[in-house]
Amino acid sequence: MSIGGAEIEGIARLARIRIEPADIARHTAELSRILGYVAAMNEVDTTGVEPLAHAIDATATLRADVVTEHVDRDLLQAGAPRVEEGYYLVPRVIE
Amino acid sequence: MFAETVSAIADDLRARRYSSAAVTEHYLERIARLDPALNTYITVCADAARAAAAAADARIARGEGGPLTGVPYANKDIFCTRGLRTSCASRMLDNFVAPYDATVVEKLAAAGMVMLGKTNMDEFAMGSSNETSYYGPVRNPWARERVPGGSSGGSAAAVAARLAPAATGTDTGGSIRQPAALCGVTGLKPTYGRVSRWGMIAFASSLDQGGPMALSAADCALLMNAMAGHCARDSTSVQRPDEDYTRLLDAPLADLRIGLPAEYFAQGLDAGVRAAIEASVEVLKRLGATTREIALPHSRYAIPAYYVVASAECSSNLSRYDGVRFGHRCEDPRDLFDLYTRSRAEGFGAEVQRRIFVGTYALSAGYYDAYYRKAQQLRRLIQQDFVRAFAEVDVILGPTTPGPAFPLGQKTDDPLTMYLSDVYTTAVNLAGLPALSMPAGFVDGLPVGAQVIGNYFDEARLLGVAHRYQQETRWHLARPPQT
Repeated sequence: MSIGGAEIEGIARLARIRIEPADIARHTAELSRILGYVAAMNEVDTTGVEPLAHAIDATATLRADVVTEHVDRDLLQAGAPRVEEGYYLVPRVIE
Repeated sequence: MFAETVSAIADDLRARRYSSAAVTEHYLERIARLDPALNTYITVCADAARAAAAAADARIARGEGGPLTGVPYANKDIFCTRGLRTSCASRMLDNFVAPYDATVVEKLAAAGMVMLGKTNMDEFAMGSSNETSYYGPVRNPWARERVPGGSSGGSAAAVAARLAPAATGTDTGGSIRQPAALCGVTGLKPTYGRVSRWGMIAFASSLDQGGPMALSAADCALLMNAMAGHCARDSTSVQRPDEDYTRLLDAPLADLRIGLPAEYFAQGLDAGVRAAIEASVEVLKRLGATTREIALPHSRYAIPAYYVVASAECSSNLSRYDGVRFGHRCEDPRDLFDLYTRSRAEGFGAEVQRRIFVGTYALSAGYYDAYYRKAQQLRRLIQQDFVRAFAEVDVILGPTTPGPAFPLGQKTDDPLTMYLSDVYTTAVNLAGLPALSMPAGFVDGLPVGAQVIGNYFDEARLLGVAHRYQQETRWHLARPPQT
């Protein structure tokens, strides 16, 4: 399994992680090698095998629809990089 | 003068041989003196520890002490602690102070335990050597130029070096058992869903499980009594009645059927480790256990399936680090895309980025069936291997790791070589089973761990097997040089 520079740039964009042009070759080599390794899975014929997402049969539990948690906004936002009057600040999105 | 195990310290506190304040001070002094060379702690909370110790002493004086009241311990820095930094060993969370305690932290505090600090780990628990920490690697107390294992390497090394009598860990692909083995301590990964994941920073949610690390199986059982149990805040927490994990500690092993998987003793296993594991089997046989060879035929696909599942879940879980609500934010972002991509590039280390890329690829349009679905199908086959095995045996025993602790830097250049150090541990996470690692000897002065795997919810029996073994051997009490 081998992937190219354009593909790694696409993945980085999806993952929202900036990669430097100088590192593209390293990333493609590493990812290709890991994907090549996990391709060993294809040695096993899994036709008809039900995928297992979760080891324990967990079913979501229901509870009464009442408020049980109260959020202290100031406490929650104390660690935010930029906050003003209870709002998170980000660069302008709409011109 | 001070005892070293959780149970002995608790006995001494109840008998008023010394106070929690005194034993807490003893550990704080040892940390100040010895930890600069080992780097097992990211944060030490001396003042809070002294206050908690004073409260524990008052509780004991009132006659209200429980089995763990006043005993110091450390938390892996992946468990959220209110008012005390929780970094997950990442630059991303270098300034993060959680607004709440994890359920595990809350429960251990309620039991009266005294938190000494937060232990070092691989960044976001992604690693097998503790070398991906933003705060630098932990050194193995047995050989300081070697790794302690990972990702709970700080917890394992702190317990081994007697910088805490016990510590919490988390295990997604072996992160409690592998460092426990490499540092010569006892660590239990419970059945998935036993210990609440609430407030435990997520890596791969269908695999992550918290558990205890200590000097003995008996100590791990005591800690489980306080840590485990249903938690309404974790939707994957199992609903079962609370149980006493110490109840089978002294159970005889006369009828115990041990399965020895051929695949775990095959090529790639260090000869010294093999000899130590075989010797541990002999000890258990002398205690009345019987053995038989079993097959876990899909073992060799555990690491490929694990890396697809874990990376996919990590790429999803770590999308929350956006530089907006908490965590690292880059300087002067040009626009929102620049804010996200630069904050994440600066905040995440190389291994975390690598796994996010693998997971993003595996989940991306057109590749989902070939990777993620395929891995989940193998996960089913791996689980079925265990189900078949447990129809014939009570526990499965083998090595925890293929070799003893490796030198710092030896495997950092090649991610795949590093991944292979988890060759015997990842299948257990995929299947959701409980397993522990217990000290089983030494190779060239380096600890060896034996892994005992149990059927679902059979932790008490695993702890019983390990406890009976630890009554016959002294490996778990060995102390690293210069500690």
